[in-house]
Amino acid sequence: MIEARNIIKSFDGNTILKDVSAIFKPGQTNLIIGQSGSGKTVFLKSLVGLHEVDSGDIIYDDRDFTRMPDKDRIKVRQEMGMLFQGSALFDSLTVEENVRFPLDMFTKKKLDERRERANFCLKRVNLENVNHLYPSEISGGMQKRVAIARAIALNPKYLFCDEPNSGLDPKTAIVIDELIQEITKEYNMTTIVNTHDMNSVLGIGEHIIFIFKGEKYWEGSSQDIFKSDNKELNDFIFASKFFRKIKDKL
Amino acid sequence: MSFLFHIGRYAMFVRQVFGRPVKHRIFFKQVIREMDVLGLSSVGIVVIISFFMGAVITLQTAYNIDLPIIPKYAIGLAARDSIILEFSSTIVSLILAGKVGSHIASEIGTMRVTEQIDVLDVMGINSAGYLVLPKVMALIIIIPFLVIISMGVGIFGGWTAGTTTGVVPSDEYIYGIQYMFVPFYIAYSLIKSVVFAFLITTIAGYWGYYSTGGSLEVGRSSTRAVVISSIQILLFNLILTQLLLA
Ligand SMILES: Nc1ncnc2c1ncn2[C@@H]1O[C@H](COP(=O)(O)OP(=O)(O)O)[C@@H](O)[C@H]1O
Ligand SMILES: [Mg+2]
Repeated sequence: MIEARNIIKSFDGNTILKDVSAIFKPGQTNLIIGQSGSGKTVFLKSLVGLHEVDSGDIIYDDRDFTRMPDKDRIKVRQEMGMLFQGSALFDSLTVEENVRFPLDMFTKKKLDERRERANFCLKRVNLENVNHLYPSEISGGMQKRVAIARAIALNPKYLFCDEPNSGLDPKTAIVIDELIQEITKEYNMTTIVNTHDMNSVLGIGEHIIFIFKGEKYWEGSSQDIFKSDNKELNDFIFASKFFRKIKDKL
Repeated sequence: MSFLFHIGRYAMFVRQVFGRPVKHRIFFKQVIREMDVLGLSSVGIVVIISFFMGAVITLQTAYNIDLPIIPKYAIGLAARDSIILEFSSTIVSLILAGKVGSHIASEIGTMRVTEQIDVLDVMGINSAGYLVLPKVMALIIIIPFLVIISMGVGIFGGWTAGTTTGVVPSDEYIYGIQYMFVPFYIAYSLIKSVVFAFLITTIAGYWGYYSTGGSLEVGRSSTRAVVISSIQILLFNLILTQLLLA
């Protein structure tokens, strides 16, 4: 479980996150939705400590991450896996080396065992026979899967995904979404996914937090989302004609 | 203001580069790889530039001291000292600032804007150290060899130019390059080059590491890395010359 309490974060006097609090439970896909520029990435990066927050607390299963010395943070970090918007694979490493990277860095396992684990993770994301290719040689959807495989290599308790299906075609996007949800259930991870894609919201949104201009405006599940009378949320959801039509039919 | 900001942030960056290390085995592997990428690929250009540089220095010296009372071997001696004391270390470093500096800044800058550095940070890896320290070590190890190659080729270039144009006979030149030879000059030059290697790699790493935005900004960081490390090389050349030779 991850708990964010009263997070405030600003850059150069410009407040991006205005007192955001939320609880993220394990074994379900927690979604953070909102327009581009609303502060989703800043929120996710604050949770994992890539940004230092101005004030507030971030608690990882009773451990206060914000007030921890660096050396304790490193321990918590090894329980985190993160998927970045552009996959962020290491260009100079092959697919297998990318997935093996966290194992090479943090485990004392033998090379054989590390390779076996890497191959297991690659298989889990349905990738085979691409071990020796470089990231530039595979498609965007495959890159995302490699990034997921790398993120789960160390069996993390917490998984963070920043717009996992941006830049993918709708079909591949759904595959990636579902993969994230399956893995979350399988390993009972606490998973937080940033997205502005309504397909994801409806497809895998078990617990949804809507952020508007750096504030939490709404919280609920994909069942509740169409019933809300929150104006900003409705403007966001029904931005497309398609969803407006659905609403009229409801 | 901006100047002081960069000095301060650069100092903290360098501290971070030498901070918490990664596993030794991984580090050594990286150093070897970087020596290959940064050093060996620069041998060709160092050889070409040093040859012509030695040739021009010798001809210039010959035309400038064209007096009957000065013996011809003085040309070899003067060319040798210019090459060993100044030109090799400075020119090799400036070449590397251009070639290696831009390479490092754009590699690390690209990693920054594509969030590869964030991946390292999330895992709790000291990203500045992981990325930059192997490059610092690799260039520090390899630069003395490049400078020595440059000295040899430069002196050979001088001999080639001097003898083919006839401004200095071969035996006089060879006598000259051995006459009153001070081995410390070579050490002096190598010490300088090691300092320059440190400046090139850390300054280029700094500009890459703090890139923001997209590929345009990475290009800008890379240019800035080259300009600033070149200026620092010239500045530190002055300081070190005063410190080591005075
Ligand atoms: N490192 C930074 N420095 C300054 N401003 C930033 C930084 N990162 C993000 N911002 C600003 O924060 C706001 C929210 O950005 P972001 O979290 O990336 O939005 P999104 O919801 O699209 O992920 C934007 O206005 C952006 O310009
Ligand atoms: Mg974003």
